[in-house]
Amino acid sequence: MITFMNNSDSEEEPCNERTSLMSAESPPVPSYQDGLQASEAGEAQAHRKRRAGSSRGPSNIAGGEMSGSGVPVRESILENEEEELTLKYGAKHVIMLFVPVTLCMIVVVATIKSVRFYTEKNGQLIYTPFSEDTPSVGQRLLNSVLNTIVMISVIIVMTVFLVLLYKYRCYKFIHGWLILSSLMLLFLFTYIYLGEVLKTYNVAMDYPTLFIVIWNFGAVGMICIHWKGPLQLQQAYLIMISALMALVFIKYLPEWSAWVILGAISIYDLMAVLCPKGPLRMLVETAQERNEPIFPALIYSSAMMWTVGMAKPDTAARGPSQQTWDAAEDGREHLRSPSHAESQMSETSPVPTRPVTLEELEEEERGVKLGLGDFIFYSVLVGKAAATASGDWNTTLACFVAILIGLCLTLLLLAVFKKALPALPISITFGLIFYFSTDNLVRPFMDTLASHQLYI
Amino acid sequence: MGAVVLLGCAAIALGPAAALVLLTVVAEPLLVIVLVAGAFFWLLSLLAASLLWSVAVQLSGREDAALLPLGAAAAVLLQELCRFACFKMLKKADEGLATLSEDGRSPISLRRMAYVSGLSFGIISGVFSITNILADSAGPGTVGIHGDSPYYFITSAFLTMALVLLHTFWGIIFFDACERRRARGLGLVVGSHLLTSGLTFLNPWYEASLGPIFILTLCTGLWAFKTAGGSFHNILKCLSCK
Repeated sequence: MITFMNNSDSEEEPCNERTSLMSAESPPVPSYQDGLQASEAGEAQAHRKRRAGSSRGPSNIAGGEMSGSGVPVRESILENEEEELTLKYGAKHVIMLFVPVTLCMIVVVATIKSVRFYTEKNGQLIYTPFSEDTPSVGQRLLNSVLNTIVMISVIIVMTVFLVLLYKYRCYKFIHGWLILSSLMLLFLFTYIYLGEVLKTYNVAMDYPTLFIVIWNFGAVGMICIHWKGPLQLQQAYLIMISALMALVFIKYLPEWSAWVILGAISIYDLMAVLCPKGPLRMLVETAQERNEPIFPALIYSSAMMWTVGMAKPDTAARGPSQQTWDAAEDGREHLRSPSHAESQMSETSPVPTRPVTLEELEEEERGVKLGLGDFIFYSVLVGKAAATASGDWNTTLACFVAILIGLCLTLLLLAVFKKALPALPISITFGLIFYFSTDNLVRPFMDTLASHQLYI
Repeated sequence: MGAVVLLGCAAIALGPAAALVLLTVVAEPLLVIVLVAGAFFWLLSLLAASLLWSVAVQLSGREDAALLPLGAAAAVLLQELCRFACFKMLKKADEGLATLSEDGRSPISLRRMAYVSGLSFGIISGVFSITNILADSAGPGTVGIHGDSPYYFITSAFLTMALVLLHTFWGIIFFDACERRRARGLGLVVGSHLLTSGLTFLNPWYEASLGPIFILTLCTGLWAFKTAGGSFHNILKCLSCK
């Protein structure tokens, strides 16, 4: 997690956050995917949080134990069945991601369209030092490219730092950083947001009430995200902090820089996840080697959580600092069929830990994980479209459809390739194409048609 | 003006579509994906049509409005082309799902996908037509202050509703015609789409545009019902709850 405090008056510092879609891990045994999002660069309120998720699905466990057993027949049968199940449940996974992404975008667009604070220009972050207030187009373009270079270098530095921290097992540092970031997001940014919403609707609220509201909201959020809590509440909090972060970006990134940064970060995402020496890929591989999850608590998960008392079978292998993370992280995805569950259960307890009953295993649903950075950048794109497209709703809708289709295609590719994939490139590319073409080509056409009440 | 008009027009224009989606599409994840994919294809067609229209306006140097018939016709033809592309993609997906399933049949029949893809075209087309109008209706203003019709909002809402339903019916008929390789069905769908778009050129003479469009909607609906295998007998059976 790369989060650090920004001493300047304005808020945050974007941390780099990279998310990528990751499939289940162990390469030798292809199990099925739960779309994993490994993201790097955490963003804290002002920082980007890095989240990387590893799939803790049966694939992991199955892989770890299959590679040892060396039973080729069993492997191939499992593979076929898993492939069928993957594609069958693929549609359900896609919907499990559509809903939170849509909700986050709805929150961001609703805020942008109603609260004027987030569309007012009030200075810039220190990560985009060059101003765009120049009269000439060339100068403005140059400044935005320079801003992008600064931002992406900050992201790269933070990501590499995070990978190094993870590699040298500085878990306490990372954990503390994460807690600090979410603290700022849940308290400071929520306070600012609530203040602006109240101002917009001209609602008076006294400080004691405000204190109680924010305190409760923030405290419950910290508990849900970093410790244990009902799954839906945790999901709701993650969506809310993603929306808050996206709103901050929409407010503080200058116009042209925002678009160039969106483009650049999807290229960076592509390279960081797919190149052999990419930081994110190294992070994922390190986590796989150690057979532990990558930075839980900052990944959106749609799986049903284990009950509080449940522990993962290989918890004993991990350090105590991971315990709290494991509890918050739910990611256990098991196959539904009893035979599988049985075989997994018997095979995947290297340590004779608590007996996990079959019913408990079957109750858990398969789920999908998506890093919060993806939520944030999708919402930044759609929010910027809502903020700057001359009051036009068509552009926002077109970008929304484009992002959903990109997500769908990414999940399809994940099912085909079965390895870590970046979630940003396809969606952001489609989103950018649709934004610029809808704003410049479709809008005049539709406006002219509407003014004559013509329908096509 | 205000929230009442906004909610009323939104309910008229998108109510049937929302009901159809909630009752038939939301429960099945695969159909939701088909819905979004259909919307994407329609957006591509709109993009191509706007590009064509912009280029034509730039090249001819004439006013925007003069080239609108050309733009509208191009948009209609491109929409039908994209509907065909959607058909091809869904047919492939259907075959893929059939091979993957245990009993050799795909979980969603091509007919259901035809209906959902038509519905998706309708929804995205309706939403693109009406959202800006709805946003304007919430604010202050006087409708038709320059001599235009004061019934702009309500007629737009009804036209949008008709168009949503028409797209749904066209989807069913089109896919069926493509399956059975009958050019007649294709020709009639394209023809009725062109006719509908052409009738809207008669606005604000609403008796001549809204009336025939609704009659067309009804006829197309009956035709789609027959294509999907419905009959009077089926309706009786359904009503008698057997």
